Amino acid sequence: MTSITVNPVACAAYGYCAELLPELVTLDEWGYPVVDGAPVPPTLVALARRAARECPRRAFLVDEAPDPTGRGRSRAQAGR
Amino acid sequence: MSSPVLWYATRTTGIVALVLLTVTTVLGILTANRVSTRSWPGFAQQELHRRVSMTAMVFLAAHVVTAVMDTFVHIGWAAVVVPFASPYKRFWVAVGAIGLDLLLAVFVTSIVRHRVPARLWRAVHWLAYVSWPVALAHAFGMGTDMGTSWVIYLSVGCIVAVLGAVTWRMALDRSRRQRTLAYPSVRDRPEGIPVKHLSA
Amino acid sequence: MTPSLATRTSDPMTAARAPDRRGAGTMLLGAHRAGYGADLAGHLAYHGQPPLPRAGDAGWPERLAAAVEASGLTGRGGAGFPSSTKLRSVGVAGATLVVNAMEGEPASTKDKALVSCAPHLVLDGAQLTARAMGAARIVVCVADDDHHSARVMSYAMAERSGTGVSPVTTTLARPPAAYVSGEESALVSWLDGGPGVPTFRPVKGMPLSVRRRRALVHNAETLAHVALIARHGPGTFRSTGSPDAPGTTLVTVTGGVARPGVYEIPMGTRLEDVIAPARPTDAVQAVLTGGFGGSWVPAAALGTPYAPRPMAAVGGVVGAGVLVVLPRSACGIRETARVAHYMAGQSAGQCGPCVFGLPALARDLTDLADGTADVTTVRRLHERLTAVSGRGACRHPDGVARMVHSALTVFAGDVTAHVGGAPCAHQARPSMLPPSTAR
Repeated sequence: MTSITVNPVACAAYGYCAELLPELVTLDEWGYPVVDGAPVPPTLVALARRAARECPRRAFLVDEAPDPTGRGRSRAQAGR
Repeated sequence: MSSPVLWYATRTTGIVALVLLTVTTVLGILTANRVSTRSWPGFAQQELHRRVSMTAMVFLAAHVVTAVMDTFVHIGWAAVVVPFASPYKRFWVAVGAIGLDLLLAVFVTSIVRHRVPARLWRAVHWLAYVSWPVALAHAFGMGTDMGTSWVIYLSVGCIVAVLGAVTWRMALDRSRRQRTLAYPSVRDRPEGIPVKHLSA
Repeated sequence: MTPSLATRTSDPMTAARAPDRRGAGTMLLGAHRAGYGADLAGHLAYHGQPPLPRAGDAGWPERLAAAVEASGLTGRGGAGFPSSTKLRSVGVAGATLVVNAMEGEPASTKDKALVSCAPHLVLDGAQLTARAMGAARIVVCVADDDHHSARVMSYAMAERSGTGVSPVTTTLARPPAAYVSGEESALVSWLDGGPGVPTFRPVKGMPLSVRRRRALVHNAETLAHVALIARHGPGTFRSTGSPDAPGTTLVTVTGGVARPGVYEIPMGTRLEDVIAPARPTDAVQAVLTGGFGGSWVPAAALGTPYAPRPMAAVGGVVGAGVLVVLPRSACGIRETARVAHYMAGQSAGQCGPCVFGLPALARDLTDLADGTADVTTVRRLHERLTAVSGRGACRHPDGVARMVHSALTVFAGDVTAHVGGAPCAHQARPSMLPPSTAR
């Protein structure tokens, strides 16, 4: 199960994450990202990883904890 | 070895590198302005700036290598990074070496950007503003092609582009700072203030 | 009152000894009330020797933890976490126990009062907890502008050295005084040589460390309670207070009262009985509970028992034990605006939603108090409350949002009146708040 968090201390409101992942990230009135902690759909995992790479402050964090049930998709299937 | 091919190659790659470094600088300023549109989102501006800078470094490397390999004039490998080590055109080659040193610092810290503290990366990246006029000075000082009119126009164009971008940056900073300093008791945010995305 | 209790050797975990003085083992400020000195001699005369374990007593840490658990003691620093859990959570040798006497809450003076009146109780508690945790050192943190507490603590620590009551090395640290400096991760970050601002902890409860050794932070009052529980047992602690919220707690009553100060009350006392000794100067309109990041409670709820669950049920917060009384003659909106303004200035400046959100809240509230706001302002206020919550490295903006939300609820009538354009009749009144925040 992949989830995203934002490190609020590192974040400097560049907004690249919202540009790359508008489905999951919106910006508040001051330009800071709002993420709701819901799991990332497998089709968007690659974009989430890219957003994490592009963030100039490395404030956008993707947590790809292994699926405890063992029934989730593999990394290859997630479209790396 | 000495050959007019190397001589032309040095001059050509030098001019191309200068133009590419100019474009890199302008793109860097535009990215830092944080004005994004639907067709030019911020992450794309950052990506373009990065790619152009890589290309610039490739041409810079070619410029340096061809210059040293050409034995018509003796420069020596040391003079590439050590100022005042070249017997030929000592001063202006030194200026070039200084420019290269600065650019190397910017380049290397950017490659390992997330492994060094953010403040260090920023401080070193500011050296880019120093390296660009140094590169320009090196080009003028070496002088070989600076008599040609198109080279002059090109150089003026580069200067105008950078100055224009810098002016826009300063104007934006001033207007943004005024907007957020309504609350003096809160610490300033040095990273720059976000701008609402323009629809395009 | 005879100090006979003090001369008995103590093994607190065995059968309860009947306290032969009312409140002897139950009140933190008992010695002070009975006229005993706050120095080591007075402390030992009233309380007796601290029940430190004998060498090689391997079962002692768990017995202490069990006693604290049985007592039902919860943290008195504001979070209200069960203290026994924290006691048991570190088993690593060489850990650091951090005593939080920072009292960043400007309306609170209880930790200062405790340190003044019973520094040795705090230090006893620290020693006992450190031994149970396996900590190798204790660091007592006092704000750098709190010179009185620092002096008292230094003196108390010096008195104890070499007497056997302080086996674990104790040092005093003076982090900078600021609202967020007393926050756990901020405190530990400062001790570790960092900037003293809250750090991002992606996993809640991630262990903190100082110089790569585990660090656990305890509020000073909590440790003082541990010192009493260790001596007298959980039964004595539970003999006051209520079954769900046992023991006593220190509260600071301030605001529109004639006798502001620190009072020690059994948990579960009715709110109006808690503030009565402070002599409210006028009919009470509302009480700001918990601190500047707490929440307002209307006068209608003054009969509520002062304990975490009952208070939460009426929208209040026990928190750091602060009670700011708002008299009928003051304006709740204006005071809330002042608090929000102060809290905005206390932001660590690290996270966007707090840096920009809190001043925006303060501005809107000030407009509301001035009578220049309209319905869109109020709607925007509500939206921004959710926007600033849960999006920072610490709970500072969350507290402000909670406080503002409670104000909009409790003073709903005033909100409507102000939106209607009527400037507040109480605009010119001086603030009810502590001097450092009054504008």
